[in-house]
Amino acid sequence: MSPRTLLCLVGLAAAVIFPLLAPNYLINVGMMVFFVAFIGQSWNIAGGFAGQTSFGHVVFFGTGAYTSTILQVTYGWNPWLAWPIAMAAGAAVGWMIAVLSFRAGLRGSYFALITLAFAEVFRILANSVPFTRGGLGMLIKADPRPINFQFRDPIWFYYLTLLLCVVAILIAWQLTRSRFGARLVAIRENEEAARALGIDVFAEKVRVLTLSGAMCAAGGTFYAQKYLYIDPNIAFGVDKSVEMLLVSMVGGAGTIFGPLIGSVALTGINEVTRWLASVVPALKNVQPLSLVVYGIMLVLIVARLPDGLMGLFRRKPRHA
Amino acid sequence: MLEVRDLSKSFGGLLAVDQASLDVRQGEIVGLIGPNGAGKTTLFAAIAGFHTPDAGRVAFEGRDITGLPPHKICAAGMVRTFQITQPFAKISVRENIMVGAYFRTADRRTAERAAEAVADTVGMAGQLDQMGADLTVAGRKRLELARALATGPRLLLLDEVMAGLNPTEIVEIVGVIKEIRESGVTILLIEHVMQAVTSLAERVYVLNQGRMIAEGTPASIAEDPQVIEAYLGHGAAKVLRA
Repeated sequence: MSPRTLLCLVGLAAAVIFPLLAPNYLINVGMMVFFVAFIGQSWNIAGGFAGQTSFGHVVFFGTGAYTSTILQVTYGWNPWLAWPIAMAAGAAVGWMIAVLSFRAGLRGSYFALITLAFAEVFRILANSVPFTRGGLGMLIKADPRPINFQFRDPIWFYYLTLLLCVVAILIAWQLTRSRFGARLVAIRENEEAARALGIDVFAEKVRVLTLSGAMCAAGGTFYAQKYLYIDPNIAFGVDKSVEMLLVSMVGGAGTIFGPLIGSVALTGINEVTRWLASVVPALKNVQPLSLVVYGIMLVLIVARLPDGLMGLFRRKPRHA
Repeated sequence: MLEVRDLSKSFGGLLAVDQASLDVRQGEIVGLIGPNGAGKTTLFAAIAGFHTPDAGRVAFEGRDITGLPPHKICAAGMVRTFQITQPFAKISVRENIMVGAYFRTADRRTAERAAEAVADTVGMAGQLDQMGADLTVAGRKRLELARALATGPRLLLLDEVMAGLNPTEIVEIVGVIKEIRESGVTILLIEHVMQAVTSLAERVYVLNQGRMIAEGTPASIAEDPQVIEAYLGHGAAKVLRA
């Protein structure tokens, strides 16, 4: 067993044991870490590995959240059954956005902008069409039983996010050792050269955005079940897009553990700044302080650590 | 093997390639030369599917491939390299070549072995773990060659693999190209370095201002007054003969 595998197993074991010892507050923090790492990984697969930087990834998140919530609230579905449908809807939206924008030859910042535009269109639509109940949002009736995808004890949400996060990491790991992943990296590094080497660049990009959309939508359903309420700004707001992109960039875009490391760092900063703002009177009016720190951190990372925090650990760059 | 007939391609008002025709037969090394801006690279790109020709026809092994996308043409067995080298900068040489090798297999180990074998052929066996970005110009040229070769082509289109190399490096890469041909791959190459073309190619086509102005053995081409004028200017042939 390599030291790296051993480290992963020890980390996983620690993550499994942690909530048995920690207070509820820390369990919730841990849940947020894994949740953000999970949706960050969905971004990372398209944005980090394949280099298709999206600014509007929340469009998949919201699609997932709304699909399962509507099926549940309006049509009386069981949320566990609605979950795969939500993922399929996210995949469909990913496929559609990819086909439309890549068919039009949009790359780089143009692609980023079109995804931002799609997310905004979805937000406005969710605000105005009747079946989402517009700006009122949708409330899921509280009935905390596991069969309803609702848990009284936060530990179950924690374990569920841990599971999602592990699955996402396994998907990313598989990318680093498969043909599909190698092609995505080739596309990111140089699209023309990738085409010359027989890669159907369009098809691969559509494929990766479909996969990424399905994953992110799974996160949307989870979020709705955890908080039992969504509205257009929560489901399609730009801040979630930024969060996904940020954890990947901070941790290391295109690396397996980047989103997790980034999520640990950002959630840590979030909690520390919240605490600071509550104890240091001078900081009370700087709200939210975490955004100030995020901003500074992003500048530093882009300028000094283009490979993110993962770049600090890596002795020999591989698959980056 | 490759048959190009009356191919034309223009960009805006500029006619880059004007009814060019050429043939490559199985097992040959054919050169395509011409002064700067003659349209060589455009012709290459149109053959390999990177540009759709405005007119004309490209057939590969008897099959019409005009206007097919590059990945289909690659599947048919023809692949190009780039004059301006395009390494995948942030991955290793091995992984770079594997991207090509994955064209014939989905299995990682098979692709890895194929990549290592190709690296051996082009003399990069010692550099497999270097990053694409860390290669010298000569290394990048070899990598272009290796990646293309890894897709398992029957016809290789090489765009100025010798430009920017020093004389020793040129001798080395000429050896590599000869070896590739011995292994059964037919080669069409664009070249600026004249002596490289004469030492490699059996036949040479000369493109000037988008038109094919001459075709023949390297020796006969070097004598052709039209070719001399294309390179050295109007009246140059007469001066040289005098």
